[in-house]
Parts: sequence; C-alpha cells; structure tokens
Amino acid sequence: METLLFWLLAVMALTAAVSMIIQRNPVHSALFLIITLLSLAGLFLLLNAQFLAVIQVIVYAGAIMVLFLFVIMLLDIRRMEAAPSRVKWQKTLGILLGVIFFLETLLVLRSGVIRDLTPAAAAPPAPDFGTAVDLGRALFTSYLFPLQLAAVLLFVALIGAVVLSKRRW
Amino acid sequence: MVPIANYLVLSAMLFLIGVMGVLFRRSALIIFMSIELMLNAVNLSFVAFARVWNAADGQLFVMFIFTVAAAEAAVGLAIVIALFRQRDSVDVDEVNLMKG
Repeated sequence: METLLFWLLAVMALTAAVSMIIQRNPVHSALFLIITLLSLAGLFLLLNAQFLAVIQVIVYAGAIMVLFLFVIMLLDIRRMEAAPSRVKWQKTLGILLGVIFFLETLLVLRSGVIRDLTPAAAAPPAPDFGTAVDLGRALFTSYLFPLQLAAVLLFVALIGAVVLSKRRW
Repeated sequence: MVPIANYLVLSAMLFLIGVMGVLFRRSALIIFMSIELMLNAVNLSFVAFARVWNAADGQLFVMFIFTVAAAEAAVGLAIVIALFRQRDSVDVDEVNLMKG
C-alpha cells in the first residue's frame, strides 16, 4: 500500500513538474506546480512529517502559489518568449547540462553512501515524531536564534517588496 | 517501507527538472517557479533524511526553507512587477542594462 502510494505520488509529481516547464501559458504552469507541491505533501506524510505536509499545503500550495497566480493575472502577459532566443543553442545546452547534472547525482546516490543509511529507516520513529509538539519544542529551544533570524528575514522581505513595487517616490 | 534511496532519486529528478526550467525558459515567472520546484526537491531530501535518523532537525530545516521561499517569492515577484513596468515584458533576455 505504502509502495503503491509512493509510486503514484512520484509519477504525479514528475509529470506535473515536466508539464510545468513546457507549458506556454504561465497560469497553467502555476497550476501544474501546485499539483507537484500537493504530491510532495503526500510524500511528506509517507515520511512521517505530518505537520510539514499540512504546512506545505497551506503555505506553499495556498499562500505562495496564490501570490504567483495573482501576479501572473495582474501582469496580463500577452507575448511570452515570442522572439527567438538571443542565446543560441540555449535549449540543447540546457538539456545537455541537465542530463550531465542528473548523471552526477545518480553517481553519488549509487556510490554506497545512501545504501548504508537505508537499514536505519526500518526503525519505527517515536510516536510524536513530526508532530507540531515535537517540532515546536525544538524550534523554541535549540533553534531559537535561527527562528528569530527568520522573523527578521520576513520583515526585510516585506519592506523590500513594498519598496520594489512602489511606482514613484 | 519504501527505501530512502527512492525518495532521494525522486528528489534529484525534481531538482533536475527545475534546473532545466531555469536553463531553457526565458520568462522570469517560469524561472521563479522552477526555483520553487528546486527548493521543494531539496525539502524532500531533508524530510527523507530526517526519517532515516528519526531526528526532527531535518524537518526544522524544511520549515526555514519555507520561510526563505516565502521571502524570495515576495521580493522576486516585486522585481518581476517592476521589470514589467519598465520593459512591458518579463523576458529575461530583455534585461541587459548592465551588459557592457
């Protein structure tokens, strides 16, 4: 059952991701990205990360993608990538570099480091693993300083976004 | 139990698709979405490793990545809007003011 779910979600995530980068219409791209994000939320559930799965749906598929769609519809883009690329061989080079990168990653994954890790995963996690209680306790004790830095980052981003999209001073 | 290596290969493939999106699309919006996809691919790796060691730290990193992604999307989309006002297009080829 778990294996079946994994393959279902994996295929869904990959097809949606590929459709996202080949779509002409940016609205369709955004919708396909939402499908990928939702499948990833399902995979998080399979990996005992319940709280993160919920956050993924609410924050990512909810808030961030709504922001994307909002901007796409606000801009009303008529001509997109109509003129031929100024960089020659862009697509060929892109695919070539991508495939080389993927082969490198596979090489690392097959080098034995990962296989040594897999047996530990058979051990069942603690009952509260991945719950809001578990994450919150760590977040407000050992990760307190990064948490505050994240708050500052969000504040700076808020100001930056307002300043950048301001029409005239 | 699905082997962790499967999750890692899936994560690598999603990251690859994101890289390809950045390399061969020219619309700034699609490039941003590809970056979000790459961040999510890395998130999947983090969650998988958190499960291997049964430690919450990997999942906390993912929460910080969510924060950074939200900040990045807000600032990035503001830049896209500013760009669209200047050039009437979101094509990154048109952004060549700094080119010598």
